[in-house]
Amino acid sequence: MDTATAILQVLDSTIRLSVPLLLACLAGLYSERAGIFDIGLEGKMLAGAFAAGAAAAYSGSAYIGLLAAVVISVALGLVHGFASITHRGNQIVSGVAINFIAAGTTVILGQAWFQQGGRTPSLPNDARFNPINLPGVETLSGVPIIGPIYSELISGHSILVYLAFLLVPFTWWVLYRTRFGLRLRAVGENPAAVDTAGISVPWLRYRAVICCGVLCGVAGAYLATAQGAGFVKDMTAGKGYIALAALIFAKWRPVQAMFACLLFGFLDAFAIRNQGHPLPLIGEVPVQLMQALPYILTIVLLAGFIGKAIPPKAGGVAYVKER
Amino acid sequence: MSQPFAKLPAWADYGLLPLINLIVAFFVAGLVVLLVGESPLDAAVLMVKGAFGSGDGVGYTLYYATNFIFTGLCVAVAFHCGLFNIGGEGQAYIGGLGVALVGLGLGGVLPWWINFPLAIIASAVVGGLWALIPAWLQAKRGSHVVITTIMFNFIAASIMVYLLVGYLKAGGTQAPETRVFGEGGQLPGLGWLLGLVGLNMRSAPLNVSFLLALVSAFLVWVLIWRTKLGYEIRTMGYSPKAARYAGIKEVRIIVITMMISGALAGMMALNPIMGAQHRVQLDFVAGAGFVGIAVALMGRSHPAGIVLAAILFGMLYQGGAEIAFDMPNISRDMIVIIQGLVILFAGALEHMFRPTLLRILQRLARVKHQPTPAVATEGGQ
Repeated sequence: MDTATAILQVLDSTIRLSVPLLLACLAGLYSERAGIFDIGLEGKMLAGAFAAGAAAAYSGSAYIGLLAAVVISVALGLVHGFASITHRGNQIVSGVAINFIAAGTTVILGQAWFQQGGRTPSLPNDARFNPINLPGVETLSGVPIIGPIYSELISGHSILVYLAFLLVPFTWWVLYRTRFGLRLRAVGENPAAVDTAGISVPWLRYRAVICCGVLCGVAGAYLATAQGAGFVKDMTAGKGYIALAALIFAKWRPVQAMFACLLFGFLDAFAIRNQGHPLPLIGEVPVQLMQALPYILTIVLLAGFIGKAIPPKAGGVAYVKER
Repeated sequence: MSQPFAKLPAWADYGLLPLINLIVAFFVAGLVVLLVGESPLDAAVLMVKGAFGSGDGVGYTLYYATNFIFTGLCVAVAFHCGLFNIGGEGQAYIGGLGVALVGLGLGGVLPWWINFPLAIIASAVVGGLWALIPAWLQAKRGSHVVITTIMFNFIAASIMVYLLVGYLKAGGTQAPETRVFGEGGQLPGLGWLLGLVGLNMRSAPLNVSFLLALVSAFLVWVLIWRTKLGYEIRTMGYSPKAARYAGIKEVRIIVITMMISGALAGMMALNPIMGAQHRVQLDFVAGAGFVGIAVALMGRSHPAGIVLAAILFGMLYQGGAEIAFDMPNISRDMIVIIQGLVILFAGALEHMFRPTLLRILQRLARVKHQPTPAVATEGGQ
């Protein structure tokens, strides 16, 4: 029974830890499928988290925080779009710039506005997204296996968690079953064909960048107002890059992206749990190894040992109409 | 709007346009200073005073600049090959292992002038090897070098934390750092050099690796513009198709370029470790690898430009530390914003002002030639 509870707890924190990865990963999916590489997921998420923390602290409402996060994150996304779509700048350089601007600005503004060393004030519970108990938890609690799984694992998360997981089938549907999705994928593979069909390549790519901004904002809001209670300096701590790794791992497909994020979230949850608890056969695994494992796995994937990851064909290339 | 960019005269392309981009970046940074309720002008005055106002200020400025020259060169060499090595941070961090090997092993045995060249080789080799796998993946598998080098940054950080809290940690302390190197693992300072121009450096850690940085900059210039390898690197960066057609081996050039790039980043570790702290500390790179991106973009990947840009960023680092005393709302993180803005305006948006500038220059040229339009058109043939 003790191991069962432990497993359940690790799985529960797996879900909570993989949500920001999943949101950022889906954000990157929209952008990269449209041919806009986005290294700036990290920065947008960080800026979103700061905006959510600050706005929720001022207004006392988690939803206003969420709105602020989305607005800021989309604004940064538009900067990325302006540089890489309108001015045909290097997409990687632009993304790197956004990461630095977000990392610096959040700390400087946080210190100037709240005087707490770059953090935003601790949020009371009604200014956060709180866990929701799904219907039937009480009735099912007596049932042996399903009961604990339902109440621990499935019920009792904030609304953003459910939103993140619902976004997976939604993204699949948008990408593969709508006209917008078809065009989005086409513009990432062969923008000239889209242009020939009389559809504006820049506008389509701008829409993809906006989608990406919205989701990064939600991811940031989740960090600051659902998982934590306020913004902390460098809160994202490389999650944007892990999301990027997950995106490659999933080969730019939504459902696989969910599994990749769950895997990386599990590694994180396991690393936290593993500290001070040596495993039965292997002994204690160094925390650093667990932290580096998502990257190592992605490198192994890229090296061609687990299938082959082929990015969208027109990714990273600005579209020039005349050619 | 979508016509290809017309060519600007060279002085505008290499002088005016970067200057405009830089001014815009600093203007926006000034807005941020304004937003936190301080005066940008006062901040700028404080910064310049802090960076150049005293012998120690200059010493610190050049000490930081040393780091940025190495990382800037690292990014620039890769740029010339059309590669974006974002992994300077990790390559420098791991390069510290090479320095540690020499410093810990031979620091108490050999004098510094023998250890220095050994440490240069060790750090360059380790840094270069750290760039090998991303290079190989790019060359053989087409995996984007940006993605792989980012991941290698994180892996490098994990390895270094693991080693510094474990094997490499000095006995008897809690701090995750190695023991202090022996006498022979410590580089002499450059107080005499500043003394030549009448400055008195007391505690600043400026050391001989600054001279090494300048030599490296010169060697990179020789490599890129005066050797066959450099020509191949530039051909590859300019047009991979042309390079392939000319019989240049793609895999070989990518791997060599990335390893040179990684070696330059690795050598950065000499400055803080052997030159200043005389031991390996946690996170001693402190973002210098990323500053290198801004430095390389600002210096337009030319060693001379990189040295100037590195000194400018050294000034920002040193001056920024001084500002924090008088303006508590402005911390070192201000530099991170400026860095980001420079990367944005000098890098991603470098073409933003080009059409406008072109139009203005053309109009000026037309005004000049107005009296004799027929001659002007003929002269243009």
